Amino acid sequence: MFIIEGLASFGRYLELMGRTFSVPERWRMFMKQYVKEMIQLGVDSIGIVLLISFFIGAVICIQIKLNIQSPWMPTFTTGYTTREIMLLEFSSSIMCLILSGKVGSNIASEIGTMRVTQQIDALEIMGVNSASFLILPKIMGMVSMIPFLVIFSIATGFIGAYATALLGVITVDDLTVGLQHAFNQWYVWMSIIKSLFFAFIIASVSSYYGYTVEGGSFDVGKASTNAVVRSSMLILFADLFLTPLLS
Amino acid sequence: MIELKHLYKSFEDKDVLCDINAVFEKGKTNLIIGQSGSGKTVLIKNIVGLFQPTSGQILYDGRDFVKMSKRERVMIRREMGMIFQSAALFDSMSVLENVMFPLDMFSDKNEADRIRRAKFCLERVNLQGAEDKFPGEISGGMQKRVAIARAIALNPQYLFCDEPNSGLDPKTSLVIDDLIHDITQEYQMTTIINTHDMNSVMGIGENILFICDGHKEWQGSKDQIMTSTNEKLNSFIFASDLFRKVKEAQDLEQ
Repeated sequence: MFIIEGLASFGRYLELMGRTFSVPERWRMFMKQYVKEMIQLGVDSIGIVLLISFFIGAVICIQIKLNIQSPWMPTFTTGYTTREIMLLEFSSSIMCLILSGKVGSNIASEIGTMRVTQQIDALEIMGVNSASFLILPKIMGMVSMIPFLVIFSIATGFIGAYATALLGVITVDDLTVGLQHAFNQWYVWMSIIKSLFFAFIIASVSSYYGYTVEGGSFDVGKASTNAVVRSSMLILFADLFLTPLLS
Repeated sequence: MIELKHLYKSFEDKDVLCDINAVFEKGKTNLIIGQSGSGKTVLIKNIVGLFQPTSGQILYDGRDFVKMSKRERVMIRREMGMIFQSAALFDSMSVLENVMFPLDMFSDKNEADRIRRAKFCLERVNLQGAEDKFPGEISGGMQKRVAIARAIALNPQYLFCDEPNSGLDPKTSLVIDDLIHDITQEYQMTTIINTHDMNSVMGIGENILFICDGHKEWQGSKDQIMTSTNEKLNSFIFASDLFRKVKEAQDLEQ
């Protein structure tokens, strides 16, 4: 029963994506929506990304220094480990998990409210492809903005790590050497590529849950929760497959 | 003109509409009336294509809507305007942007002309000065008027209204009714209004279709409705104390 429901839901998701990925009826309107979504989903998320990345960068640095570094290990270990964690997992996967909460619930509740207040019906009656009009700019906006958020997250994480030097946890020289040690540029690209998949998952899955709402405000809330839970699960699954594939 | 021929609609095993036959004429305000749950909203949703009928024909000036391809449906929908029970304005857009929306999507006019047309429609519904307000900042009556302005922006041939007076006070309801009636005559549209408001029926009901439990029970004008002998119709109309007293007064006069 669970499997059949899951397959039916996946089928409806594919059908919705089929309607979503069609040529926009008016490029002028699409661009307007696209810019709006880039601001709403991307620019408005910069604050939370910077804040969380700064503190996580600082805390990783402190934890590594306190728990792993010993006289038997090189002094750059803390900086090196902090960089690898930020590049390989935090700034792509964990940050996208956090964004699935913020952006996913935002998308699902916005589209869900439009559904229950008949705004989507109004679009359909006007002859507008509502799926393409509402969802495509969100997916494109999120996918376009995520590389910037990833880069900001990595940079702010490093700034957080440097901030711990002010607390005397580590010296600036040790941290700098660690951050530069055996740097592999591909890891930055890997982080960005992974985040593109995650951004697609967040925007499309949340839109699906919002678009298929039936009922009232209670159901919009439920759809919003489902959107966050399902997109988080899918991000974790995708991470499991993408990491060995890209490494 | 819109014609319904042997229209049926079922949801799983439940028949919601059974053999509905009706003609809605051009330039007239056609009303669909009936109790809550009688199938009015399902009927109007079938007519505009939000639901697919189980069987039957819906003819828009002879063009069978049910048999149309997706592309043809998109094209005919550009000839339709609809006013929803909840107004269904886009709450992220200002009043002017809401009215401009169909023009932005489907008109090849330049921006200045689109703005001019949207402002004209707002003036037509007496809403000049409210252009920059958002739907959340205006009253229910004003929201309905914005919805009317948006519906007529593209000069539609068919106008559909799903309980346009729902949630409005009697005075504002009259204003909305008169506006819909005037616009229908002015633009020679085929207008279908879904309502259970008897004031609307007596005010603008030029052609009235009464449905009960998904069946067509009666069709006629507002002048014929008070003298109808249809029991179900009479029990619906005279459920209101006011109309019962009006009927008694009429009978006494005779």
